Amino acid sequence: MAVIALSPADLALAGILVLLLALLAFRMRLGMGWQIVIASLRATVQLLLIGMVLKAVFANVQLVWLVLIGLFMLLVGAREVLQRQQRPFRGHWGFTIGATAMLVPSFTLTALSLIAMIGIEPWYEPQYAIPLLGMLLGNTMSGIAIGLDRFTQTVWQQRAIVETRLALGARCGEAVLEARRDSIRSGLIPIINSMSVAGLVALPGMMTGQILAGSPPLEAVKYQLLIFFLIACSTGFGTIAAVWTASRRLFDERSRLRLDRLGSLRSNSH
Amino acid sequence: MTIFQLRDFMYHNILPFQLELAAGQVISLSGPSGSGKTMLLRALCDLDPHLGELRLEEDLCQDTPPHLWRRQVGFLAAETSWWFPTVGEHFSNCDLTRLAELGFSEATLGWDIHRLSAGEKQRLGLLRLLQNQPRILLLDEPTTNLDSVNQQRVEQLLTNWCQREQGAIIWVTHDCVQRRRIADVHFDIVDNQIQEVRL
Repeated sequence: MAVIALSPADLALAGILVLLLALLAFRMRLGMGWQIVIASLRATVQLLLIGMVLKAVFANVQLVWLVLIGLFMLLVGAREVLQRQQRPFRGHWGFTIGATAMLVPSFTLTALSLIAMIGIEPWYEPQYAIPLLGMLLGNTMSGIAIGLDRFTQTVWQQRAIVETRLALGARCGEAVLEARRDSIRSGLIPIINSMSVAGLVALPGMMTGQILAGSPPLEAVKYQLLIFFLIACSTGFGTIAAVWTASRRLFDERSRLRLDRLGSLRSNSH
Repeated sequence: MTIFQLRDFMYHNILPFQLELAAGQVISLSGPSGSGKTMLLRALCDLDPHLGELRLEEDLCQDTPPHLWRRQVGFLAAETSWWFPTVGEHFSNCDLTRLAELGFSEATLGWDIHRLSAGEKQRLGLLRLLQNQPRILLLDEPTTNLDSVNQQRVEQLLTNWCQREQGAIIWVTHDCVQRRRIADVHFDIVDNQIQEVRL
């Protein structure tokens, strides 16, 4: 079974449907008609660009290209984490916490899976490395964004409680124990949910792609499982690291709550 | 015997000042709202930064781990916070005698925190603080929400505590009569200065 190539006309047909949706949105004054159009255009341009980049990279298998693309994805992801914070840390911290917590688990787990599990030669073969790294980074990013946002918001709202606990002799970790746990949990809920309903409600995206591309279903299932496990670990370790670092950063060396290290509230339009 | 000592103590916009508390001593502190009374108490328990020397018995504040400092220099905020569902979960070793002295019983420990009135929160907050066996108490208007009976109970309990434990108290209050009743030395914050006053 070979892949059936899509012609530009096929895509244009689907594009017209999106335009119809946008028209309906204008008529109903949903206030997102332009957003639908712009998002579709962005997706088209971004994906065409990355398609061309991937084509070039697949033709030149070199570690340096992979590293450059990985770093680019990381920087964009860390910026996105920052954008999703209602009360981000001031200074470089807002960016650094997200970037570090994404970098370490995503890159380590991608390398580990390429070397130890998939076992491809060379291990940085971009056809495997880039999609894997992309999936890990994307999911880890969401987990970290949710976890950090939830944590800083909770501590902000519970300032009186946190300071009362400090005044009663709690260490900073104890004073924000519940907030820390809840935030980590909320960062992990999406991946746990996807694993729980996988195959029952919808086929996971990557598996669908492999099946459409002609893989035997059981091979697709094995890859999907590998990806799920890697995503769960990467999101979990990343979110734990981010929330933990944030909880250290919210206190100074005398265990004083330092909400002044957070920026002011900004409306969250995402 | 001095147990709590402030030397060239500075915080926020208050000018440097000296203060010594002897074991068993209660001092009262007053001043217009916004003058920095609460901030002083927060600085003394190291929830806010300070300059100068702050010493409990032999120990300098900055040489003591912060959580241990705060257990010994106990701060009771004007509004107490509660985070577990019931009162009892906030206590690890509740002194039932003291509970009774403030008009509660063992059943109080099972109460839902949302049921508590402002006055009950204030009295229970004090008991929660005393569990840590502090050496110094920093009390921010601890009897504002209380009727006269309970006010008397709290004053009695604190006076006894101070004598028996040989601790010391800084008591923020606006009530002149109460100041005379509970404290022997009085301070006011006026124009960013802390000065001793005679009542």
